[in-house]
Amino acid sequence: MGGILARVYVTPKRGILDPQGKAVQHSLHVLGFGEVADVRVGKYIEMQLRDVAGDAAMARVRQMCERLLANGVIEDFRVELGEGRS
Amino acid sequence: MRWGVIVFPGSLDDRDALRATERVLGDEAVPLWHKDRDLHGVDCVVLPGGFSYGDYLRCGAMAKVSPIMEGVRAHADAGGLVLGICNGFQILCEAGLLPGALVRNRSLSFVCDIVTVRVETSDTPFTMGCRAGELLNLPIKHGEGCYVADEKTLAEIESERRIVFRYTDRGGRVVPEANPNGALANVAGVCNAGRNVLGLMPHPEHAVERLTGGEDGLRILRSVQLWCGQHGAGERSAPTVVSGP
Repeated sequence: MGGILARVYVTPKRGILDPQGKAVQHSLHVLGFGEVADVRVGKYIEMQLRDVAGDAAMARVRQMCERLLANGVIEDFRVELGEGRS
Repeated sequence: MRWGVIVFPGSLDDRDALRATERVLGDEAVPLWHKDRDLHGVDCVVLPGGFSYGDYLRCGAMAKVSPIMEGVRAHADAGGLVLGICNGFQILCEAGLLPGALVRNRSLSFVCDIVTVRVETSDTPFTMGCRAGELLNLPIKHGEGCYVADEKTLAEIESERRIVFRYTDRGGRVVPEANPNGALANVAGVCNAGRNVLGLMPHPEHAVERLTGGEDGLRILRSVQLWCGQHGAGERSAPTVVSGP
């Protein structure tokens, strides 16, 4: 079985203050990118999975997010699965 | 009484917590290793300040899965006292033992200062020796101390009087200027529903002697002593999680 590449995007929840995003937005404005209306700064996590099938992998990765990779109080997450290195 | 102070990789204030409880309070105090599951019968377990696991992923995220946290959870469930200071507060929130979370200071700057906090309730083992409304001057030093929680949680902890400390000005007024990190409702410390688990950003263990910045921290530590004295500390052996055969 080929490996699976899991991509996890963790972002601050809407409504949670993101001072980092605000600071980045401000700097972009300073650079002349006035069209930037909002910035949210999050995390991107890549994981190589082995010995697991696609359906099960999604459920497993979601569990990883809920239990460690994201904090549901302040963060949302999104998972994408793709072809990994075999 | 017997205190236990957890040592995680990256803990910084464990020595000060041990020193404050042992040398200043005159109690028994033992370090607890993060890989251990046993709390060695302590009455109050302290999760100290620092940068456990280098603050990787999120502050406290790695520490919450340490073996010792199984013991802490069992101790808390059995009504034992748990005190999380700074990084310890972050760990308790991550572990779900306290509501809400601590995020980057609104200013994006690390703050190192002496702040005034108001004791909001004396109805906890950690504040029973204080008066509600009493002001304490305590040091803070953190980059991620902005307390957040959703509206429902905040309303719940407000109505249940579980906000134990708030940042105020020197006159005891809850004003935005007195808020060092942008915490919602100026929250500096909260407790759980059972009132036996407390987390706070200020450092009582650094404020135990006049020579080094005041002794208001003793108001909190001596409350714990008082509570344990009244609740048979030492007689009740704290629950332990047996590991392995």
